[in-house]
Amino acid sequence: MSHANRLAGRGRIDRSKPIIIQFNGREVPAYHGDTAASALIANGILHVGRSFKYHRPRGVLAAGAEEPNALLDIDRGNGRRDPNNRATVVEAFDGLVTRSQNHWPSLKYDVGTLNDMASPLFSAGFYYKTFMWPSAAWKRVYEPVIRRAAGLGKAPTVPDPDRYVHSHAHCDVLISGAGPAGLAAALAASVDGSRRIIIADEQNEFGGTLLHDLTSTIDGLSASDWVAQTVATLSQRSNVRMLPRTTVVAYYNHNHIALNQRLTDHQSNPSKGMARERLWQVRAGEVIAATGAHERPLVFAGNDRPGMLLADSLRAFINRYGVTPGRNVVIATSGASAYQAAIDAKSAGLFVTIVDYRKRDEIGDERLLATQAGIEILDNHSVIGSTGRTQVTGLIVAPKTASGGVGDVRTLNCDAVGMSGGWTPVVHLVSQSRAKLVFDTALDAFIPGEAYQSERSAGACRGVYALDECLANGHEAGSGAGAAPSAKSSEATGFEPVRLMPTNRQKLRDKAFVDFQNDVTAKDINLAVQEGFQSIEHVKRYTTTGMATDQGKTSNINALGIVAGALELTPPDVGTTTFRPPYTPTTFGAFAGQARGVLFDPERITPMHDWAVKKGAKFEDVALWKRAWYFPQGRETMHDAVQRECRAVRESVGIFDATTLGKIEVVGPDAAEFLNRIYTNSWLKLKPGRCRYGLMLKEDGYIMDDGVVARVADDRFHITTTTGGAPRVLGHMEDYLQTEFTDLKLSLTSTTEQWAVIAVQGPNARDVVAPLVSDIDMSNDAFPHMSMREGKVCGVPCRLFRVSFTGEAGYEINVPSDYGEAVWEAVYAAGQPYDITPYGTETMHVLRAEKGFIIVGQETDGTVTPEDVGLSGLVSKVKADFVGKRSLARPDLVAEGRKQLVGLLTLDPDVLLDEGAQIVDDPQAALPMPMLGHVTSSYVSPNVARGGTGDPQQSGDGRSIAMAMIAGGHSRVGTRLYATTREGFTEVQVTKPVFFDPDGGRANV
Amino acid sequence: MLLIKCPHCGERPEIEFHCGGEAHIARPLDPSQLDDVQWAELLFYRANTKGVMAERWNHLHGCQRWFNALRNTVSDKILRTYMMGEPRPYIGGEAQGAATGTLSYPAPGERSK
Ligand SMILES: [Zn+2]
Repeated sequence: MSHANRLAGRGRIDRSKPIIIQFNGREVPAYHGDTAASALIANGILHVGRSFKYHRPRGVLAAGAEEPNALLDIDRGNGRRDPNNRATVVEAFDGLVTRSQNHWPSLKYDVGTLNDMASPLFSAGFYYKTFMWPSAAWKRVYEPVIRRAAGLGKAPTVPDPDRYVHSHAHCDVLISGAGPAGLAAALAASVDGSRRIIIADEQNEFGGTLLHDLTSTIDGLSASDWVAQTVATLSQRSNVRMLPRTTVVAYYNHNHIALNQRLTDHQSNPSKGMARERLWQVRAGEVIAATGAHERPLVFAGNDRPGMLLADSLRAFINRYGVTPGRNVVIATSGASAYQAAIDAKSAGLFVTIVDYRKRDEIGDERLLATQAGIEILDNHSVIGSTGRTQVTGLIVAPKTASGGVGDVRTLNCDAVGMSGGWTPVVHLVSQSRAKLVFDTALDAFIPGEAYQSERSAGACRGVYALDECLANGHEAGSGAGAAPSAKSSEATGFEPVRLMPTNRQKLRDKAFVDFQNDVTAKDINLAVQEGFQSIEHVKRYTTTGMATDQGKTSNINALGIVAGALELTPPDVGTTTFRPPYTPTTFGAFAGQARGVLFDPERITPMHDWAVKKGAKFEDVALWKRAWYFPQGRETMHDAVQRECRAVRESVGIFDATTLGKIEVVGPDAAEFLNRIYTNSWLKLKPGRCRYGLMLKEDGYIMDDGVVARVADDRFHITTTTGGAPRVLGHMEDYLQTEFTDLKLSLTSTTEQWAVIAVQGPNARDVVAPLVSDIDMSNDAFPHMSMREGKVCGVPCRLFRVSFTGEAGYEINVPSDYGEAVWEAVYAAGQPYDITPYGTETMHVLRAEKGFIIVGQETDGTVTPEDVGLSGLVSKVKADFVGKRSLARPDLVAEGRKQLVGLLTLDPDVLLDEGAQIVDDPQAALPMPMLGHVTSSYVSPNVARGGTGDPQQSGDGRSIAMAMIAGGHSRVGTRLYATTREGFTEVQVTKPVFFDPDGGRANV
Repeated sequence: MLLIKCPHCGERPEIEFHCGGEAHIARPLDPSQLDDVQWAELLFYRANTKGVMAERWNHLHGCQRWFNALRNTVSDKILRTYMMGEPRPYIGGEAQGAATGTLSYPAPGERSK
């Protein structure tokens, strides 16, 4: 039976290259040049899938990108598998594995077919109505039914092993579509060589409809030869880039166009490392849309049986691929173009009958041509229905009567149907470009109106259907001099729009499909209108018409026409839905490109990263940085490791990688004045060599960032920012410098990555660091807390900060990044006699919380003032102005009852509060219970004594500690409140947010 | 994606830029002179013009310079970019846009009256 439906001597397939593809495990012989669809048809496999809602048998409807039915799961081996591929655009190659979808247990015997009989359940608005049912019914009955029914393909279960790439390009003219209009445009636009041209077409070869046109001639050549000659001409022009297998998927602002090029899907064995797809982003001076038109099906009951195709698609299968779904063909049409399909089918040796909706006197010259070819024509006929199950066996037709009804019914036996309800220009791209669409009544179609961006349309996508006019139109769009290509063609154009074929069988069960992929019938659309939906956008959502993966390419105008008819409006009065990118389904891989895995987000690592990895550190992500989180030893848990690290810093000395802190060098004669305006504190009197903790507000008065600032020289400051805030702070400062404080002379330079920062903290910090340092007097008097010295450490130039985020005496050693790891190793070695302990960000958090130091973004959330967190002492009272000062006097910011930072100690020291836990005054209060605030930080501290506030001199037994933002918090210190826990409320003591060394003496030793 | 002409670097894709909102709103030399209503207007109220609007843009992933642009908020067409500190250029006719957010920003408090 192989190639049973193959037509001798026809098609562009290469019969010298036989191949085998698989369909549901069955071997299907095919030829190079076939698509999966043509290969299946060639072997009589017409039933290729089940429909979405009713699980009706479906076959191939179209020959191209608009196909709604024939969706296949494609397996290219080695995990390269994806569902919902249109069989009509899948190129066949030897070994291609395809499977049908949406059925169980098999394509032939499908349980879901029951839905077809229960179809009243699935009428328009089914989802919406069902959601209103009692929830019990929903859970037990409807959800399982819908889940089983509403399956398109199955998602892949393993990561996509393919590689995808992105390319960027500029051109003067981008042409979408390489049919007659697109090719003529490309010839014209490229002829003088002055403009860069890109021409893209979604198919494997250029030519569009010319590839299945066996009768027309262009400039004296057959259509096929003219295509070959034109492609050869264009390929020799160096200013032309030709992209076959490339779909123009999206048209964005400012002529930014996205193209998706399929590179390997047609190959049996793509070379290793070859990208599967390439997403092009093109800036085009001008876009020429030559995207063609889609044929419309006729809407009648049972218009969806396998073997029933669009007429011109049937012609394409016969002429281009040399296949036919059957030998006994009925062409059902309401227009002229289908006559060429009938004539071509006849010349291929098939038995052909034409059923024409139009009256005899409405039919043009095409009638004579068909008659001459020996084709019987039933004019003035309606199609009532069809017979057959997994393949059409007959078409039920009847003559129309003068009263709008139909006469006696008869059945035309057939095994293939080509239907044509007219044509819809493919206006997706120009609609995406925001051009207005205008309805042309004569064409019964929306066509491009006034352009919005620099684009124009040529050929069938603007309703120009005759071949000769398409060529002239393309030539003109390409701004070509000289004569356009000239065609001779017997193809006729024009059609009479029919929304719904008249019938005498008005049974409610009749399934006249409008949207094949979402199983939306004419009855559904009429029902939606009856229920009051008038906007096409509402009808679309209520019925789901046009919302499947084909976005209604074959159905939208029929749906619109039915709505208009029901409302007694014209289509433009009903309006059209908005076309959105992408034009056809596009892989996630193409959009993601190389941005996967570690390349999805850049990773920033410090010079000491490898050391931490070797020490077994666990890492956490902070902004883009990988930061050492804790350093477990042996089989330590995170809790145990953090407790050990916390004790070590307080008892001896710890070493911590603080490189990720943002750093900005502020240099210039007005540097101090600039900081004076940017920070809340005063900077003019800070002496070189001294540091100050700075607080920065946004203009609205809320805390934006904080960090230690050192004055390096009169005209030079070294600023630190939070890890995540560095770019934001630099941007904020640049903004004020460039746009407001333009009177100041200074420069801002990000130095975050120039300095590696090694924090050495603890009572033994000086003893560890001092021996490594030269040129700096390390004594406490000469180098006190909150100061900075320049000198050398291990012979490397450094900025040595004496600062503390732990409350212990300590240093932050800044050395050029390249020396970071070496100096770190030297410090670590020098610290061995003191059992120096590397610690991570978690310990850093616990230690600072013991001291009540805030973390911007944890205690603050963009609505917190300095006063709220007890830092009003840092806000200068004497400065006339700084960023945010005026806002601090806004009524809301000085109002009573603002949330303020406090400490919380659970009465049970073993209870650890959840960060984010709500705080209430009275757990018995009526609902909704008034909430006072929430926990911002919560840790188990080994250093705070169990009873209460920690003893500064000795480590306690450890207990939980927390910080919280609570309404009127400062005045609640000493009272008791309740915090939510997973088990209920727990009582907490409100304290000042300092749990350890409240006098701060330890940092000054 | 918009194509934006940085006055310093030339045309670059939008992804390199950061929009800073309405332009020509000068920070007063002495904010303490503004009452609460005036300050709130300056801080929070924006013309949000439908049509041509002067906007601040920063070439963040380029030269990092701030500049101003006249953008039609309906069509997304950028009619002109110009240096920070220059007055809003006159481009004539309808393209000039609505009165709000134009040559001089209304005095704080003006719009609420
Ligand atoms: Zn720039």
